[in-house]
Amino acid sequence: MQLQVNGDTLVFDGETIADLLTRLEISGRRLAVEVNGDIVPKGEHGTSRLHDGDTIEIVHAIGGG
Amino acid sequence: MSDSQVSGAQGPDTFQVAGKTYQSRLLIGTGKYRDFDETRAAIEMSGAEIVTVAIRRTNIGQNAGEPNLLDFISPDQYTILPNTAGCYTAADAVRTCKLARELLDGHDLVKLEVLGDQKTLYPQMRETLIAAEQLVADGFKVMVYTNDDPIAAKTLEDMGCVAVMPLGSLIGSGLGILNPHNIRIIIEEANVPIIVDAGVGTASDAALAMELGCEGVLMNSAIAHAGQPVLMASAMKKAIEAGREAFLAGRMPRKAYASASSPLDGVSKV
Repeated sequence: MQLQVNGDTLVFDGETIADLLTRLEISGRRLAVEVNGDIVPKGEHGTSRLHDGDTIEIVHAIGGG
Repeated sequence: MSDSQVSGAQGPDTFQVAGKTYQSRLLIGTGKYRDFDETRAAIEMSGAEIVTVAIRRTNIGQNAGEPNLLDFISPDQYTILPNTAGCYTAADAVRTCKLARELLDGHDLVKLEVLGDQKTLYPQMRETLIAAEQLVADGFKVMVYTNDDPIAAKTLEDMGCVAVMPLGSLIGSGLGILNPHNIRIIIEEANVPIIVDAGVGTASDAALAMELGCEGVLMNSAIAHAGQPVLMASAMKKAIEAGREAFLAGRMPRKAYASASSPLDGVSKV
């Protein structure tokens, strides 16, 4: 399937958000994930299935004032 | 009054935000430092307990192994205050707060700032009020960046914000407290902590803010952009404490003419 992840197109052959985070090598980090504008809680990353065309935003904390 | 009764100088002089008690009245940002080691060193030196962070996209496909700010500034040790910096609409700010809450495992204390334009980073009050209302209704504890308008500050308090944070001057400008008279009016009318946020350039600015009676001061650039950030963090810690004690002590009245400190009688003459 083809996804939009943080503005970039990504061809992805996994199924869940957890699979995507593993593929991106950011699994286990302190992140928040939004799929098509809706936050998917951490507890659902392993079961929440992604679909072709989904838009995903992944954010984390950085320095700021 | 004996010396032991002077409040603040001897006993713990704490302040509270959203039901939690803090010893330090200095809140600091984590932006613009050279690296995370310097960030951590400055925060430790400052004594700050509340530390702001921004929420941004995670780099994908590159720097996957790069260190994470929250590995250096542990949420177990500090109260992390996620901000909505970079948001120009209420909708963007509300969304950012929700992402932060998910990111921080349900932590619901946020710094709301909705900006008007990139040149001034001045608060956009219409959008700030809309966002504040939605966030409070959604259960967030909102510390809100605002202009130094006493009516706006009171309105935000009445809406349920847990702290109101008027600017001293423009974000990152280092121009100090440009309208101390308005800040004082805001403080006099407030029933929630007033924290001067933005504009502090050096230690005397922080002391002045505290002498006005603020509950605390939030700053980032003044420390991060100092020649020696860790040394400036130390200076700011002392300035906040000095300003607070001066406020509690109560300054002497200003006079137009001299008033001798030494006795006028008994001067030796030839």
